[in-house]
Amino acid sequence: MSKVSAAGKVYLAVVFVILYAPIFYLIFYSFNSGGTMSSFESFTLEHYAAVFEDTRLIVILINTVLVALLSALIATIVGTMGAIGIASVRSKAMRQTLLSLNNVLIVSPDVVIGASFLILFTMIGARLGFTSVLLSHVAFSVPIVVLMVLPKLLELKSSLIDAALDLGASRRDVLTRVILPLIQPGIYAGFFMALTYSLDDFAVTFFVTGNGFSTLSVEIYSMARTGITLTINAISTLVFAVTVLVVVGYYFVTNRAKAAAEAGVRV
Amino acid sequence: MQNKPSFALLPYALWIVLFVIAPIALIVFYSFLDIHGEFTLENYWNFFSAEYLQMTLTSFWYAFLITFFTFVFAYPTAYLLTKTKHKYLWLTLIIVPSWINLLLKTYAFIGILGLYGPVNAVLEVFGFEPTQMLFTDFSFIFVAVYIFIPFMILPIFNSLDKLDRSLVEAARDLGASGWDTFRRVIFPLTFNGVKSGIQVTFIPALSLFMITRLIAGNKVITLGTAIEQQFLVADNWGMGSTIAVFLVIFMVASMLFTGVRTKGGRAK
Repeated sequence: MSKVSAAGKVYLAVVFVILYAPIFYLIFYSFNSGGTMSSFESFTLEHYAAVFEDTRLIVILINTVLVALLSALIATIVGTMGAIGIASVRSKAMRQTLLSLNNVLIVSPDVVIGASFLILFTMIGARLGFTSVLLSHVAFSVPIVVLMVLPKLLELKSSLIDAALDLGASRRDVLTRVILPLIQPGIYAGFFMALTYSLDDFAVTFFVTGNGFSTLSVEIYSMARTGITLTINAISTLVFAVTVLVVVGYYFVTNRAKAAAEAGVRV
Repeated sequence: MQNKPSFALLPYALWIVLFVIAPIALIVFYSFLDIHGEFTLENYWNFFSAEYLQMTLTSFWYAFLITFFTFVFAYPTAYLLTKTKHKYLWLTLIIVPSWINLLLKTYAFIGILGLYGPVNAVLEVFGFEPTQMLFTDFSFIFVAVYIFIPFMILPIFNSLDKLDRSLVEAARDLGASGWDTFRRVIFPLTFNGVKSGIQVTFIPALSLFMITRLIAGNKVITLGTAIEQQFLVADNWGMGSTIAVFLVIFMVASMLFTGVRTKGGRAK
């Protein structure tokens, strides 16, 4: 295997610097006592204090996390059931149709999803707010959970299930003690993806959020439209820290699961 | 696990009906309504007016430029990544910034590209006059490329990673130069990764509206901005839906064109 040339290393380094620069730029100026993102006056934590004193902002943060956790949880349940359902469909054409329908929301542009959900919620007379945002997030997270869980189900050997049934396991036992443990990595991955989809979503939420309710993305958008506020910088430091923690946490969880799954079985 | 698919499929089927089929039907239905809710074909006529055609063309042009530059920077990065020692670790590090909220990254560029930002400070050192880079085509394309790069790197990296090294070695042994090997062996064999990369960049680039609002300065230059404008500013859901219908048509066309089908079925 050839080594990376010096020029290649420089190129990669430049790409890394550019990718991370905006994030560290935000973090750096979050400690700036001057109100701008251009001249650093002196170190301060006042912008962090401002975040924690602003009850409205705290409520928005809690809402964002709540919507993400709840929507990921519901989407994981619906998506896993859907994947089990799809895997049990015998007809190939039917399965293909279900999968195509499944993928519609994955490939559709956010704006179109947002706009069509807005029409949908208005049509059925739902009030825009927490519920509409939660339902939308569940809606666009379900297909990704299906895509994460389904391959695991299809890898499952039917002999395992037959063996369990032969040995006297009930259908319920088969589900909870054979199928679910084996597809667990897919379920975790699905939940994690749903979580990140929800936390990162702006466009869909922006359409269905209404007046009284806001998530972090929508709030940052309206703050950013009025100009630079270092409160946003403080928030980004917090978001970055949480993201890194979640990624590291997820890495350890999946590695433990993988190590457990690989004990004896070479993949 | 035969039998009982009906029970497990029930909530999922409900989801399909409510959030996949109904929204598509509603968008199509609304595209035939005027601002007073009367049936009309006017929206479609409007879409083919000079104003909208021009906007569509501009949107395509920007999406093309964004996809092109994203590809130009992503391919070498992916290629070099596959040659590093801890390639998966480096790949993860490339992907991490894409998990930071999109809005925060875009907001950072308001400062970075601004009149008093670091880019202008660097330019000044080299004797250039500071210029307002925000609200220009350059800043719009730059930020969009920044946002999409990790999504383009990922599929290209995967296809390069799967590439059989012996084919490359065979080409070299048979006397192909480095460039020839790349052009006639490596690139064609990783073209599927490139196509998926184009797919995850081009259509989202057509439908951007947040970046156009924050960075390109409120101009309506993409189909996405036009939809947002019609729905949330002009309150003309009919016209907005019509543009959405066309955006979906373009999406389907580009998927057929790039020919990457998300195949279901057996994993092995």
